[in-house]
Amino acid sequence: MNGYGVAAKLAALGGIALLAVVLAAKGHDAGYVFHAYLIAATAIAFAVYYARDFSFALVTSRPTTEDRYLDGVVKAGMIATVFWGVAGFLVGVVIAAQLAWPALNLDLPWTTFGRLRPLHTSAVVFAFGGNALIATSLYVVQRTCRARLAFGNLAWFVFWGYQIFIVFAATGYLFGITESREYAEPEWYVDIWLTLVWVAYFLVFFGTLLKRKEPHIYVANWFYLAFIVTIAMLHIINNLAVPVSIFGSKSYSLFSGVQDALIQWWYGHNAVGFFLTAGFLGMMYYFVPKRANRPVYSYRLSIVHFWSIIFLYIWAGPHHLHYTALPDWAQTLGMVFSVMLWMPSWGGMINGLMTLSGAWDKLRTDPVLRMMVMSVAFYGMATFEGPMMSIKSVNSLSHYTDWTIGHVHSSALGWVGLISMAAVYDLVPKLWSKSGLYSDRLVSWHFWLATLGIVLYASSMWVSGIMQGLMWREYDDQGFLVYSFADSVAAMHPYYVIRMLGGLLFLTGALVMVYNLVRTVRGGERTQALPGAPAWAS
Amino acid sequence: MTMGILEMFNHANVERNATVLLVLGFIAVAIGGIIEIVPLFYLQNTIEKVEGMRPYTPLELAGRNIYIREGCYTCHSQMIRPFRDETERYGHYSLAAESMFDHPFQWGSKRTGPDLARVGNRYSDDWHREHLVDPRSVVPESVMPGYPFLMQTEVSAKYIADHLRSNQMVGVPYTDEMVEKAQADMAAQASAMGEGAEELTARYPKVQVRDFDGQPGRLTEMDALVAYLQMLGTLVDFSTFKAETESR
Repeated sequence: MNGYGVAAKLAALGGIALLAVVLAAKGHDAGYVFHAYLIAATAIAFAVYYARDFSFALVTSRPTTEDRYLDGVVKAGMIATVFWGVAGFLVGVVIAAQLAWPALNLDLPWTTFGRLRPLHTSAVVFAFGGNALIATSLYVVQRTCRARLAFGNLAWFVFWGYQIFIVFAATGYLFGITESREYAEPEWYVDIWLTLVWVAYFLVFFGTLLKRKEPHIYVANWFYLAFIVTIAMLHIINNLAVPVSIFGSKSYSLFSGVQDALIQWWYGHNAVGFFLTAGFLGMMYYFVPKRANRPVYSYRLSIVHFWSIIFLYIWAGPHHLHYTALPDWAQTLGMVFSVMLWMPSWGGMINGLMTLSGAWDKLRTDPVLRMMVMSVAFYGMATFEGPMMSIKSVNSLSHYTDWTIGHVHSSALGWVGLISMAAVYDLVPKLWSKSGLYSDRLVSWHFWLATLGIVLYASSMWVSGIMQGLMWREYDDQGFLVYSFADSVAAMHPYYVIRMLGGLLFLTGALVMVYNLVRTVRGGERTQALPGAPAWAS
Repeated sequence: MTMGILEMFNHANVERNATVLLVLGFIAVAIGGIIEIVPLFYLQNTIEKVEGMRPYTPLELAGRNIYIREGCYTCHSQMIRPFRDETERYGHYSLAAESMFDHPFQWGSKRTGPDLARVGNRYSDDWHREHLVDPRSVVPESVMPGYPFLMQTEVSAKYIADHLRSNQMVGVPYTDEMVEKAQADMAAQASAMGEGAEELTARYPKVQVRDFDGQPGRLTEMDALVAYLQMLGTLVDFSTFKAETESR
């Protein structure tokens, strides 16, 4: 880059740092002041990074890279995915332990369950899941369009901008900065920043679609595009708020009460529907066929289930508000559409699983493919359980209980977690130009640790959730409630311990993955017998 | 002509044109939300007012912000469903109007602890204080974290008028007088001697005035949080309340 370009960047970053220090000086609350200094530090760090490029030559030529894919940002995304994944799982284990042994809350402001819980959900959904989605989407869109990412280095802005969003959200939670909107907790200034980053992400992705050299847009990209666009719509509307001051972190939602509740759960359920489902279906549609080396099972099914899933999902939000003060007609609509969702969801599952037709034998030799198949199986399980729980009479028992938590985790750990980690296993050797993973056996270990962990988690939460629901409504023959609320809390203890152990197994599996990936990147494939093959066969 | 229309519905055309895919996709995801959400701003039973509802006092609002800050909503709901066991356990089912001044709503989604929609006046201030500082000292089975630091931290009153003004901007019927007197009202509500209580009650009917944290002379976060908890569900008088319409 020439001297002018770098100088302009340095000036802009210096300006941001200066402005941030002024904001810090005027800040109303500790969290806000901390964030202002964090902005200043980030700007200075980037300035130092760019300053290394400074050249007194005003015009320098740089090698043209237009003919190659931009994969550096995908590599960075892989590292971020794994890093945030481990961090998010770890916080999950910590808060699970806090529910089993409350002394672990330490009774300090920044270590209590109430502040760590959004840290866990955001770290797993947005930091781990989000990085996996951004990285794989940028990889997939280049391959399937045979085009380099649009807008030059804007993709790098998306990557770093997104990491900055995560750090600000996470540190904010520890300070108690929250809008209390589940899965949308960050405050107004972090929301504005994410909007900027997301628009850049949209431009990069959509721009690449526009400059593609393939006539058709591949099905994975339909899902990624629906995910990006819908999340933008949901994020902006759900976070409309009036800040108390530009020098403070607190804002008040534009909406209140029943309207606010439905807008939040319209967002909340479609964060599930479009972030955790559509985006990861995009991932499935690229990596499963690629790994199995088979075409997608049914083109027609992919069209039908794409359009029906994006149309139907958006209606399902009210099932989070059954029997509340939300009008009945809205609850019923939410229930009916949720039940209908079962069909397109299973359309996706069938399309994913049947893609293995003629390649099922690969499950014996390829543990990464096995992980993908298990992921799709969990997707099928969770998308049956979800519609069932949205039926009002079932929901009257399951709502407010641990059953919901179990349901979320079968899909978050089983579907989202396994498909993401399988994609990472698939991509890391390719991106770092290795012939394969360091060890397939360690992938197998990871697979079983994770699967066992999920089974422990989900089954303990089924038992505790249903038991809670039944205890709350248990009457004796004199017509008195049998249990106090505290009785139901005490009864949960063993299941909370089992749940924590399940989470610990899942985390252990992830650590095995980290070791395997580090060894892969540092070089050298282990000579190994194929899993499932007798020792003498190697 | 017929062929032309059929051509339009040929998916090959949609997947060959990124802009068409984008526009159709956006239309598909916009419809559900519009149909479900927009009517809520116009329907009688979601915007009706119920006698007794008033905006939060400055101290209650500060307490509510502490409730949000500490993530209480992650374990406590404020939404009683119309079931026999819930109304017996917690009281009358929650009305839409009872959260009409809640920016944001705090209905919650999980009951690791009990519902709090009508916890006001059920326990003494002493009990709340004990419970918030060390939950297991009063409820041995509890898994709630302790919040001893609330007793030590002064509640920040400096910007409370700005908070009321922001609420005014998003539609909470605070009067300009309420905004002006916010800081004084905050101190008055927690004063042990009841200075300024009359004026406060005139502005905020049914307000509870006393020293909530047991530390006279100090205005702590414990004062604010307990003041908030003690008013939850106390504004609407259900001995006289008649639902205008049973349609929910």
